[in-house]
Amino acid sequence: MNWTKSFKTRPIGVIGIGSFGAAIANLLAEKNEVLVYARDEAVVEAINKTHRVKNRQLASKIRATTDPELLCEACEVMFPMIPSSAFREVMVQFAPFLHPYHFLIHGTKGLSLNLPEGKNLENISQLKRENICTMSEVILQETVVERIGCLAGPNLATELLEHQPGATVVASRYEEVVLEGQRLLRSDNFQVYGNSDIVGVELSGVLKNIIAIAAGALSGLGLGDNAKGLLVSRGMVELIHLGTAMGGCTKSFLGLAGIGDLVTTCNSTLSRNYTLGYRLAAGEKLPDIVADMEEVAEGINTVKLVKRYLESTGMRAPITENLYKVLFENFKVETALQYLMKYPSYTDIDFL
Amino acid sequence: MADDYIKHQYDPILPEKDEWPVVRLSKGRKAFIQQVVASSSEKIKSLTGNQVPALKEELELTLYRERMRIKQNPWLVDPDDEASFWSGVKSSLLSVGVDQKLTEDEKKERYLAILTGITQRYSEEIASNFKHSHYKMTRRIVTFGFSRLLNTARVKGFKSIFSNQYSLQDKIQIIGETDQLRDLASKGTIVMVPTHFSNLDSILIGWTISTLGLPPFIYGAGLNLFNIQIFAYFMNALGAYKVDRRKKNQIYLETLKTYSREAIQFGCHSLFFPGGTRSRSGNIESKLKLGLLSTAIEAQRANFQNNTENPGKVFIVPVTINYHFVLEAPGLIRDYLNHTGQERYYSESDEFSTSYRISKFLVKFFTKGSDISVSIGRAMDILGNYVDENGNSRDQHGRPIDCRDYFVSNGKVTVDLQREEEYTKKLGTRIVEEFHKINRVFSSHLVAFTAFRLIKRANSKLDLFSLLRVPEEDIHLSYETFKDACGEVLDGIRQLRAEGKLHMAPHLEMPLEEIIRHGLENVGMYHAKRPLIRTEQGHVVTEDISLLYYYHNRLDGYELDKII
Repeated sequence: MNWTKSFKTRPIGVIGIGSFGAAIANLLAEKNEVLVYARDEAVVEAINKTHRVKNRQLASKIRATTDPELLCEACEVMFPMIPSSAFREVMVQFAPFLHPYHFLIHGTKGLSLNLPEGKNLENISQLKRENICTMSEVILQETVVERIGCLAGPNLATELLEHQPGATVVASRYEEVVLEGQRLLRSDNFQVYGNSDIVGVELSGVLKNIIAIAAGALSGLGLGDNAKGLLVSRGMVELIHLGTAMGGCTKSFLGLAGIGDLVTTCNSTLSRNYTLGYRLAAGEKLPDIVADMEEVAEGINTVKLVKRYLESTGMRAPITENLYKVLFENFKVETALQYLMKYPSYTDIDFL
Repeated sequence: MADDYIKHQYDPILPEKDEWPVVRLSKGRKAFIQQVVASSSEKIKSLTGNQVPALKEELELTLYRERMRIKQNPWLVDPDDEASFWSGVKSSLLSVGVDQKLTEDEKKERYLAILTGITQRYSEEIASNFKHSHYKMTRRIVTFGFSRLLNTARVKGFKSIFSNQYSLQDKIQIIGETDQLRDLASKGTIVMVPTHFSNLDSILIGWTISTLGLPPFIYGAGLNLFNIQIFAYFMNALGAYKVDRRKKNQIYLETLKTYSREAIQFGCHSLFFPGGTRSRSGNIESKLKLGLLSTAIEAQRANFQNNTENPGKVFIVPVTINYHFVLEAPGLIRDYLNHTGQERYYSESDEFSTSYRISKFLVKFFTKGSDISVSIGRAMDILGNYVDENGNSRDQHGRPIDCRDYFVSNGKVTVDLQREEEYTKKLGTRIVEEFHKINRVFSSHLVAFTAFRLIKRANSKLDLFSLLRVPEEDIHLSYETFKDACGEVLDGIRQLRAEGKLHMAPHLEMPLEEIIRHGLENVGMYHAKRPLIRTEQGHVVTEDISLLYYYHNRLDGYELDKII
């Protein structure tokens, strides 16, 4: 079957069809033909035959393939929607078929390690900024694609799939990528903003997951809204502190991808990271929760990497540090909370 | 790239001078200038949105700035009719403004005519005056004159004057990817981007290019250099076009960029000093001026647009020039310290102010020690990907890249200035990376770096400016400490070389003591106050700490400061 010819217009590619991938594929399918790449033959067959993937309904226009080469030939614009743990591997797999004319707009809110050969997180002495990559940096390292964008913002997949009103940010250093993203995604109840600080927007999405876990934990302890307000605001300060040190611009963190997403995920039981925190506070163990979740909570890996980064640079970030102890050192959430309350800090805002 | 230098006789790649792009360009000079005029006027027209008020404002602003410049900062090279030209522009502008009878369209036409007049003048001024006979003459003077001096100094005895034992290539060592450069020069257009430390660089690079058998390159040289007759002669002979840093108005800048872009499209090999001006601090350039660099990218895109069959490819070749001694160092570092933190242009009065001083320096340079090396880096495409021997871009896994694809959206080559601006930034970053990799460390860099770091460590409470104000008499290092520290830094440098992050001169393979002796002898050797000497008591002291700081900066940016 020669698919490339069967499309009337150039289809838009979606790489990976998890919950967010499915939501974006549906949004894209409102105006375009969509071709999805999935690794699993059964998933591809299900999409092509029944237009369903894991109980999620997909638009009938959406078709799927397991062949990266076919996807790259058919599409000029593609949306990688894969967890950070598999992102690099998938890019390596796609790299031979990608060209500088491709646009890649990803929606992954996680970090990827980039270590010299023979090193791993245990035996490396210092974790520097160049060792922790955002997904756009991974794309730059592994492929020849230059025109890269990212999607970030309060985009809970479940709500998107229900066609509820919402908005997102498309960030790219290239105006043409932002415009293309807006053209493809904007609809009557979906607003799309542009931003040129791609690293800042990516980091907003990445770092807010840490605060989301902590927010879930507070709720799990049965604490009220005063505590939540405190955490969100302190979380914001920490996010900006870390984010600017890693190369983002303060303004981006105050936008939809920063504050917007932070407020959403810190209050929503639909968020995986929030749920993770909630269940931790209720006394469940991390491995049990992870085993039980359908998709990964990116926040876990982010906390791990950021904590090592903090140690290497001598920076402090109390929420991240204490959350690390809860996740990996069997600290009780209550104990961590006490540390936070005692943490000496006197100024409210010091980043503006 | 090997560390050893290549002494080699290169045949010219284009033996007939009529085949040289630069000769073809100078033959068609008139037509070429007209093309630049048309193209840059068009650019200004589109930048002003084709609106009469915006165009008028641009013209008035230009007029104002030019009149200020003539009044406040006149130079010897400025033509005599400058004042009259600009008062002509003034009265034309006025007459269009007051004429009530003119329609909008007529007004626009008049303004455009004034614009064309200005771009015409600028283009004529910028355009190079390449003359083949002068080029040949200069080449002969440089090669013959310098090698006579050299042999007189090195070969003893009466016959020395006629000796050919040493050639200029012993003094100025060319290392690196010379063969690739020669190959690519006949396959596409070369844009060479060297580091810039000294006014001598222009001549050095000109000599390097001709020694490698390449046809002459055109390059932008600061107009101030044409103030000095000896330089003016060399520059004109070597195909220099003129860049006037005093003129900051948009019309001038666009004309300049158009000139450069059109010349690259024409197939003329070009040379920019991407740092814009000489490095004041002694650091390898880390921030580049992107204006001229962007013309290389624009030219490449235009080639893809205009010629689908066989679009000419543009190759970027980074070059570093490595010195033990920079004549202008005292003035440069003084400028740097005075202006740190302020973005501004430096006054161009310096040690190279007269032909006499330069000649004196050249004699000194060739009769005494102090070698120079020129490192040619690997050629890259306009996005900083390495290219192979056939000029094809390769990604890091060796897969071929079609450069045209970088300019394609929706299946076509499109013009997107914002995109090209980002590409230019990226190319700039890649060039800086390559500079650091091909940089060649000399013994003098090692000793200056180590000594300054030791002094800094001993005064860790002082900030840089206070440190530079410490009286030189109060500073001395014990030789043993100094030697140990040099050894540590040298190990760090070796480590970096093993990782492919820099290069070392062969003299760094000597035993440590000899490296240090060699370094102390050579570092800033002709300055009245030496940056570093060893006293009779065996201490290592400095006579001028600012100069020491300058030579130390050459090794800045390699994280060697973590060692000491």
